Amino acid sequence: MTASVGHANHVAPASLVKRPSTERLRESRPLLFYVALGWLGVIVLAGVFAQWLPVGPYGEAIGPPKQAPFGSGGFEAILGTDNIGRSLLSRCVYGARASLVIGTIAGVTGFAIGSTLGLLAGYFRGRVDVVITVLADAMLAFPPLILLLGLSAVLTPSMQTLLIGLTLLVIPSFTRLARANTMAWSSREFVLAARNMGSGHLRIITREILPNVIPPLATYMPIVIAALIVAEGSLSFLGLGIPPPTPSWGGMIAAGQDSIESAPFVVLVPAAVIFVTVFSFNVVGDHLRKRFDASGHA
Amino acid sequence: MAVQLLVRLSRAVAVVLIVTVAVVSLLSLVPGSAAQVILGESATPGAVAALNAELGLDQPLWQRYVSWLGHAVQGDLGTSLINGQSITAAILERLPVTLNLAVLALAIALLIAIPLAVVSALTAGSRLDRGINALSSMLLSIPTFVAAPVLIYLLAMQLGAFPVAGWVPITEDLAGNLRSALLPALAIAFTEIASFHRILRTDLITTLGEDFVAAARSKGLPLWYVVLRHALRPSSFSLITLVGVNLGRLIGGTVIVETLFSLPGLGQLITSSINARDVVMVQGIVVFMAVAYVGINMLVDLSYSFLDPRVRVAHR
Repeated sequence: MTASVGHANHVAPASLVKRPSTERLRESRPLLFYVALGWLGVIVLAGVFAQWLPVGPYGEAIGPPKQAPFGSGGFEAILGTDNIGRSLLSRCVYGARASLVIGTIAGVTGFAIGSTLGLLAGYFRGRVDVVITVLADAMLAFPPLILLLGLSAVLTPSMQTLLIGLTLLVIPSFTRLARANTMAWSSREFVLAARNMGSGHLRIITREILPNVIPPLATYMPIVIAALIVAEGSLSFLGLGIPPPTPSWGGMIAAGQDSIESAPFVVLVPAAVIFVTVFSFNVVGDHLRKRFDASGHA
Repeated sequence: MAVQLLVRLSRAVAVVLIVTVAVVSLLSLVPGSAAQVILGESATPGAVAALNAELGLDQPLWQRYVSWLGHAVQGDLGTSLINGQSITAAILERLPVTLNLAVLALAIALLIAIPLAVVSALTAGSRLDRGINALSSMLLSIPTFVAAPVLIYLLAMQLGAFPVAGWVPITEDLAGNLRSALLPALAIAFTEIASFHRILRTDLITTLGEDFVAAARSKGLPLWYVVLRHALRPSSFSLITLVGVNLGRLIGGTVIVETLFSLPGLGQLITSSINARDVVMVQGIVVFMAVAYVGINMLVDLSYSFLDPRVRVAHR
């Protein structure tokens, strides 16, 4: 069991730990939650409507290189320009699109595959359980970045490669979570009642257990997406993620790093955007989980 | 106890087998011919065939795996495609740097996280506790590739307190080693601080609510004494597990700082091997890291049941 605790996805730990009784719902000030939600809304909208926003092209120079933020050059250059004069604002917005699309697709796919495996393992137990658990353990044995690096050694970096790698990263965590939750629900009376009424396995799993297992797992989505954005950023930072010219936050930091002494904002702007986004996802995720725990589960 | 040990051991062996099969079959994932990709477009068909034979790609996968495993258990992970160096030797040469970084990062994280956790557990629910929790959530949201360049900018360039890059081995100069390793270690430590704080805080709160703590307090023992002598030890088992697990994980987690600070560790070796298309070297390093991770987890699990007598009795 311990293997999952503290895995870089930050998916497992808190769920296994009982929340102390001293922490009441009333005490969690939702202000931060709404601010975080607001930021995520802005980022998502900016990513979706990027080409209609007055942010300028992401691939062409809009002014002199390394222009400081809030200087001249209008709205397009409000966050400054990078080493070759491209708008940092535009690159951050298009980078948000890449990060969010990758994080969401990989997260949802991993959620679907991982939860299905976990449901089967937790419901049928026995041999199915052993096989699935050992497979999940084997996948967790690769340090996350190393798994991605190993894949990028043999496959050329592309959107697809990245999605496959990141999905693989998420699957085992959801498998474990779904398995634990399924085991808890499978022993409940209403499941026994359904079985006595002659329901088959498929019906019990989809109609009795699934609806109870999905919500607690879904509350992990924001945290998983945050972890995926970090993983994608790390790979892009190493030059093995999203291939240029598509901008990505990790790639922007890597590109600005050589001139960090003369133009620190080229690094600091994307760094701040990543931090605030990941932080917002974590805040929203924590809040959802707390809400859920407090609503009388188990 | 013995049965439990056996089950654990056989599981770990199964995991290691799956991991190695997966890594060995990595070469088959290469679209087209792996040898062609490694050698490039301009390679002659003769050279491609020769490399295919050398990599064993002309054999079926199971045969390739069996011969790979036969060598691997003897400590032979093959030789580098680039310079013919033994992969095991290359890994052992780089490992100390990575371990040095990982251990230092964990030490920094514990030094900061334990006092923070004690304070926030003692004041649970208060404004101070909430402040510390917010800080810890923030630290959790700083990825290494964000922390490292910002730390370089602030501490190395603005303050000039640390070198921007370079590595001094611990065997040469302890102070120099600390100076060269502190900044990268700090960059890794951020997220560790947060996870350590979270887990120790929760466990401490639970322990502080127990009868024996109330008994110790009612005897008139001072609070600091009760926390240090009575509460901290039984609360630290999840923390110990997490530290062990994270040590295993960090062996693969130093890639970014090693690349950024140009430190000659395993992480730098793997990225340079990827760029050089040295697939066999990458294979060797990935296997090494995964097996090391499984091994460390096993040890942590075992030590856990030795450290905490309750686990030995209560488990199953």
